[in-house]
Amino acid sequence: MTTTLQPPATPASSAPDGPPARTPRRVGFGSTLSAWDLKLSPYLYISPFFVLFIVTGLFPILYTGVISFMDWDQIRGSGTFVGFDQYAYVLSQPAFWDALRNTFSIFVLSTVPQLILAVFIAAMLDQNIRAKTLWRMGVLVPYVMAPVAVALIFSNMFGDQYGIINTLLGRIGLPGVGWHSDAFASHIAIATMVNFRWTGYNTLILLAAMQAVPREYYEAATVDGAGKVRQFFSITLPSLKPTLIFVIITSTIGGLQIFDEPRMFDQSGTGGSDNQWLTISLYLYNLGWGEWNFGRAAALAWILFLIILVIGAVNLFISRSLVRDEGSRDGLSRGQRRAAARAAKQGIAADSTGKGARS
Amino acid sequence: MKSRALRRVALAAAVASTSALVLAGCSGGGGAAAGSSDEEITLTVATFNDFGYTDELLAAYTAEHPNVKIVHNRAAKSNDARANYFQKLGKSGLADIEAIEVDWLPEVMKYSDLLAPVPDDLKDRWLDWKSKAATDPSGNLIGYGTDIGPEAICYRADLFEAAGLPTDPAEVAAALTGDWSTYFAMGDTYVAATGKPFFDSAGSVYQGMINQVEAAYENPETGEITATTNPDVKKIYTETLDASKTQSAHFEQWSTDWYAGMANGAFATLSCPGWMLTQIEGNAPEVAGWKIADVFPNGGGNWGGSYLTVPANGAHVAEAQALADWLTSPEQQVKFFQQAGTFPSQVEALKAPELLDSTNAYFGDAPIGQIFTNRAQAVSVTPFKGEYYFQVNDAMQKALTRVESNTQDAKTSWDQWVSQVDAIG
Repeated sequence: MTTTLQPPATPASSAPDGPPARTPRRVGFGSTLSAWDLKLSPYLYISPFFVLFIVTGLFPILYTGVISFMDWDQIRGSGTFVGFDQYAYVLSQPAFWDALRNTFSIFVLSTVPQLILAVFIAAMLDQNIRAKTLWRMGVLVPYVMAPVAVALIFSNMFGDQYGIINTLLGRIGLPGVGWHSDAFASHIAIATMVNFRWTGYNTLILLAAMQAVPREYYEAATVDGAGKVRQFFSITLPSLKPTLIFVIITSTIGGLQIFDEPRMFDQSGTGGSDNQWLTISLYLYNLGWGEWNFGRAAALAWILFLIILVIGAVNLFISRSLVRDEGSRDGLSRGQRRAAARAAKQGIAADSTGKGARS
Repeated sequence: MKSRALRRVALAAAVASTSALVLAGCSGGGGAAAGSSDEEITLTVATFNDFGYTDELLAAYTAEHPNVKIVHNRAAKSNDARANYFQKLGKSGLADIEAIEVDWLPEVMKYSDLLAPVPDDLKDRWLDWKSKAATDPSGNLIGYGTDIGPEAICYRADLFEAAGLPTDPAEVAAALTGDWSTYFAMGDTYVAATGKPFFDSAGSVYQGMINQVEAAYENPETGEITATTNPDVKKIYTETLDASKTQSAHFEQWSTDWYAGMANGAFATLSCPGWMLTQIEGNAPEVAGWKIADVFPNGGGNWGGSYLTVPANGAHVAEAQALADWLTSPEQQVKFFQQAGTFPSQVEALKAPELLDSTNAYFGDAPIGQIFTNRAQAVSVTPFKGEYYFQVNDAMQKALTRVESNTQDAKTSWDQWVSQVDAIG
């Protein structure tokens, strides 16, 4: 290795003599374009969604807001401004409060058993069973069925006098249930339809999440002597938490907007003689398309929107605080982590000052 | 009002759309050339349920008018057609001819200026109460009457026999001639003898009775709601519920239970507009005992029926009017009756021998043409139905259901109805 360490005599190295050989790049239009390309393209690529959303989502929402302050004539497309009258009307109607009660009742009766069942079925499907795909596709079949068809079948089951369920109850000497007269009974009937349709859908989402849990955990647990049940509660459930939050929130939004099943529960579709199973969306529909009062319907739509926002926020808050360790596995809450970080920082600071003093 | 809107429980998954997109390409702007031109045009006709407008029958019109092509859009349920109609009325997208149901009429009348009126020379073709209901305050008739629903009483002859009541249609008709108290008295006899309900629901009896009241819910002059203070309404409500205690099967009309009840003998009589016959036959095909009595308590009553309307902003209004005229002409109405059981509303059609001679094998060869012609002629009252008729009546039907399902007593249910009606408007 006895080569000279002199720099090679290249023109480029004669720096002090003048400008470098490479002249400064003239920024041409082409490169401006490519700079724009770099900056704008992503926005253009995602814009179809937002353009579509503005046209089909945002505009109707705002338009509904405008109409909700008016006594609106849908056919002539005109209205007079009435301020908050429509909101006051809706909130003063007993039907609205009935609808609110029913919506929550049906929501709880459908979401809770549905999610428990979905987790259970998903856990079963996660096992090493024969004809996995068949079973997994099988749970989705009710979801594919048209809600109207489901309602038709279930209305035969929940008939007051000749329904299958009441007939069976009669066989064993029990009185029939007034599925269409008792509010709570009607909620159970409707929740059954909802559960039938949506359990499989949630099962598949949860199953996908379960499959993402590293198998090593289970192997380690088995080695440690943990049984299936223990493994389920200590490994599967904690790993599912982020997915569960998603499923709970989507079910909440869906549950608060429930419409098809109560509408199909009887022939007139107006929620029962005493509003037994009138839900908010059904009431909204009746105000708009039944009474042609779009001002009131629009006001109710905004009230429903606010309810969903509030419930969604509450939901998120509760789920988040239940699932403290989202995204980490140290079992600490965010506050605790922050406190730990602060403590560590102070420790380091104390350390360095200490060092300075010592040296 | 529970009506024909719901009679077809064809809960078909595919909600047929009455969209008139087909029309879009053809509106050349020659619409002003009032029917006389030979220009090729396409007319769309939107109906629901079954009007009997088969392709073969419509082809007869094309044969007479080679330049007119007819596209028939049929919605499965009239509720779908109703939503579509009011969504597009006064804007674009409606068919050249749109069928409407008598139940929507109060709302349609509010927008009668958006529809092309029936030419004056045709106005006298229909039964006067049929055209009166579709005439606006300025005297424009806006609907071409199609079918009507004159009511008779259907009854189970086998059950009547078991109760010791007359079974022959003529005898039953004679026994039921009178007002509603005659009907309820027969009900008492029936219940006493068999212990089983006499009629299907308080709702259908109430509907029959309230359709005989001239101005039940609203003041025809002012449009003001008078339902809660009208003594007639209260009287009918009370009478119906009193009878309902023992005589009603407590079904909700159009429910699956109600249909099952037709076959199970759960009730012995049913208010029977012409279109109800196919409902009974379809849901109780095995039962031999259903018969029709040429009678309706307290005279005649009409339940249901439809009209054809021509939106005034259509591309071919004149041609559409000509087609609507043809579709509601006596000869065609008789054909549609034979095809789908829609009972004619034309004065001339009611004299047609094909109609008068028609019988129904299921109902023991009943001369249905003759019976319903008689029933149509017995209709003497055109009930006034204003803007709020539908809402008030719907709330009333629910009030009756609440009592029938033991959810509330008659007094509480009435009070709740009153407060609901007070909130309307």
